[in-house]
Amino acid sequence: MNLNKERMSARTVSHLKKGEKGIIKSFSDRAMSLKLLEMGCLPGCEVRLDAIAPFGDPICINVGGHYSLSLRLNEAAVIELE
Amino acid sequence: MKQGNIKVALVGNPNAGKSTLFNALTGLRQKTGNFPGVTVEKKSGTFRIAGVNGHDEAHVTLVDLPGTYSIYPKSKDETVVMDILANPKHPDFPDVVVIVADASNLQRNLLLFTEISDLGIPSVLALNMLDVAGSMNLTVNAVQLAMQLHVPVVRINARTGEGIKGLKEAVKQTVERTEKPVLQYFYEPKGNEIGLINEVKAIHHLDNDYVALQYVCQHDNFSFLEQPVRARLDALIEKYGFDENNFLANETVARYEKIKPIVSKAVKSEGVIEQPYWTRKLDSILLHRVWGYVTFAIVLLIVFQAIFAWASYPMDMIDVGTAGAIEWVKGALPPGVLNDLLTDGIMAGIGGIIIFIPQIAILFALVAVLEESGYMARVMVIMDKLMRRFGLNGRSVVPLISGVACAVPAIMTTRSISSRYERLLTILVTPLMSCSARLPIYTILIALVVPETKVLGLFNMQGIVLFGLYLLGLLGALGSAWLLSLFIPRKEPSYFMLEMPSYKLPRWGHVGFSMYESVKSFVLEAGKVIMAISIILWVLASYGPGESMNVAEQQVVATMTTAPQEQIDAAVASARLESSYAGQFGRFIEPVIKPLGYDWKIGIALLASFAAREVFVGTMATIYSISGDTEDVLTVKQRLTQEKNPETGTAMFSSAVCYSLLMFYVFAMMCMSTIAVVYRETHGWKWPLIQLAYMMALAYGSAFAVYQLLS
Ligand SMILES: Nc1nc2c(ncn2[C@@H]2O[C@H](COP(=O)(O)OP(=O)(O)OP(=O)(O)O)[C@@H](O)[C@H]2O)c(=O)[nH]1
Ligand SMILES: [Mg+2]
Repeated sequence: MNLNKERMSARTVSHLKKGEKGIIKSFSDRAMSLKLLEMGCLPGCEVRLDAIAPFGDPICINVGGHYSLSLRLNEAAVIELE
Repeated sequence: MKQGNIKVALVGNPNAGKSTLFNALTGLRQKTGNFPGVTVEKKSGTFRIAGVNGHDEAHVTLVDLPGTYSIYPKSKDETVVMDILANPKHPDFPDVVVIVADASNLQRNLLLFTEISDLGIPSVLALNMLDVAGSMNLTVNAVQLAMQLHVPVVRINARTGEGIKGLKEAVKQTVERTEKPVLQYFYEPKGNEIGLINEVKAIHHLDNDYVALQYVCQHDNFSFLEQPVRARLDALIEKYGFDENNFLANETVARYEKIKPIVSKAVKSEGVIEQPYWTRKLDSILLHRVWGYVTFAIVLLIVFQAIFAWASYPMDMIDVGTAGAIEWVKGALPPGVLNDLLTDGIMAGIGGIIIFIPQIAILFALVAVLEESGYMARVMVIMDKLMRRFGLNGRSVVPLISGVACAVPAIMTTRSISSRYERLLTILVTPLMSCSARLPIYTILIALVVPETKVLGLFNMQGIVLFGLYLLGLLGALGSAWLLSLFIPRKEPSYFMLEMPSYKLPRWGHVGFSMYESVKSFVLEAGKVIMAISIILWVLASYGPGESMNVAEQQVVATMTTAPQEQIDAAVASARLESSYAGQFGRFIEPVIKPLGYDWKIGIALLASFAAREVFVGTMATIYSISGDTEDVLTVKQRLTQEKNPETGTAMFSSAVCYSLLMFYVFAMMCMSTIAVVYRETHGWKWPLIQLAYMMALAYGSAFAVYQLLS
């Protein structure tokens, strides 16, 4: 319960504004977290919202300065920020 | 170590440059492109290395594999990698793995490296994309990396071929190394994993911990394991209470912990790490919420303008050329059945194909530029939300766009779509995109009914109709996807998550070559089919059951005694064709196609083009030359214009009939190769048959509606 409440209020990548940065803290979805980890989105890594597609979804984030990753808003909502 | 014959596999993250390196090493032309997921199946080639183990030279069999972020596959194409690497008995099991790493993002690329290294297969690390790393202010110290990773590390540039020699040398040295190095695992198993690993190792006679772990985690993907073996592994997992998801996350995190210090020692950055300047600038426009769509629309417009307007000049020249060639052959050979078969059948049929070389060349070249530049990945992003509405995925854009060239390779590219459901829907609708084989049919029918006027003083009316047909195909595909999605249950969640490659200038030589290749295969493949079908059709149209053809001829002669000789001849030819085998087939299906406005002659062409639609134009040429007068050489278009409807006496190819035919060919599944590839990709007859049925229903229905409306 407690955990859930915390999740609800956590700031995620989907809340970022264009150009805004954040540091990855954790992931709220198991299956998705594995994919993200394998793609180099690690806790402690800095991300920046670079672009938003027409109609607001998907978005493109820059991961640690190294590369650009495009994901849907619901996928971005899995990445919680510090 | 084996001598004289070495097997090497290329493994690495998607878009790291594996296929480019494969081409540089083997001299082959494996497809490359600047977005993740280009290669979807393994491809082999060979090259030589001089002086291995005292031999003069060694033959190397090189296997190019689909890219993966880890050895745990996330989509269909990725399963092949571990199916080979976990099975030493596999014919492609490599002596050496060359891991191609994108140096501009080394940390992530090394994850896969540590996994492969733990499997105990001798490996060489090839650092690629160093130019991109350079433009991001990164310098990579290969010597430092080699020392820390305990493998040879080679700096290469797969595009220019730099460092290839050093890579061959490193492969050679790895093969020649006689003593097996003690494996230092990057990931050390913990807790209950250890007991599980030991038991699996004992049962399967394995000597590697990490391979044993892969038996545990991935046995369902391994084609070399039988069902009872898989069940026993499942029982073991149960026994040890092994939580796979938990393990995978922990393993990945633990690996990165090992990788981080290695990378921070070997990679130095001057200033802030940023993506290359042009990539950031271009993305701010091409992914913009407004400009993103505007630029995409402009790109599409240019493609159509190119296919229709620019290609028309070379096409006119070819047209004149083939007509001249046919006339010359006709005059040079003695008149007779053989002459007619050669000129009116085969040459006219092939002429009907080669005239489309300019269009097909331009089409393939433009698709290659879209793929090579990195723009394709951006199109996937801006189209994802729209595609989702129809049950598809942003990644479906690649098969849909390449379906404009040919549905067969397009359907294969769907393997990189991770959701099985979205992949299936994409496979089912991709053949509705107007492929290059439809272009000849469209062009000839449009030329018959659409005037060559300018609209708004700018656009060619014929071009607009052509554009409309392509649009219709796209709308048909999206609409069908939506309809089908209502009936097919969705079982798994859908992912998008796509890495955006940095923009790269297309290599013009590469674009030119892919243009040449596609034209060659189009002409050869289509040429073969046309040749075969023309001959069969000629035979079927020249002979009939028993005396039927002569009887028909006598009847005509008897009833038309007063008519001029020319008319009698034409009527005789027509009557003979009608009572031939081909004519009887046509007659047989005439009741079915009558409501669409077609007579039995069109019926023959329809039947003949069932196997491959590109045959249609050639078949029409053959049929109308048999039934018409054979004196003058006429182009297909002229013959069609002259054809009269026997009942009304007006032109057979009225606009109602032409538009009805166009509708039919936009939607109809007239391609054996597509049916075969869908059968292969879906493992059964169910989906190809469903696809055939719904596309035919769509084709028949819309052709019927259009004919009834217009006539
Ligand atoms: N700048 C630069 N571009 C490269 C280099 N090597 C390859 N490329 C380009 O990178 C893109 C991807 O190359 P591919 O060979 O198709 O990549 P791949 O690893 O086979 O990709 P998948 O098959 O999708 O896994 C192509 O556009 C290449 O031209 C390099 O060293 N430098
Ligand atoms: Mg490839």
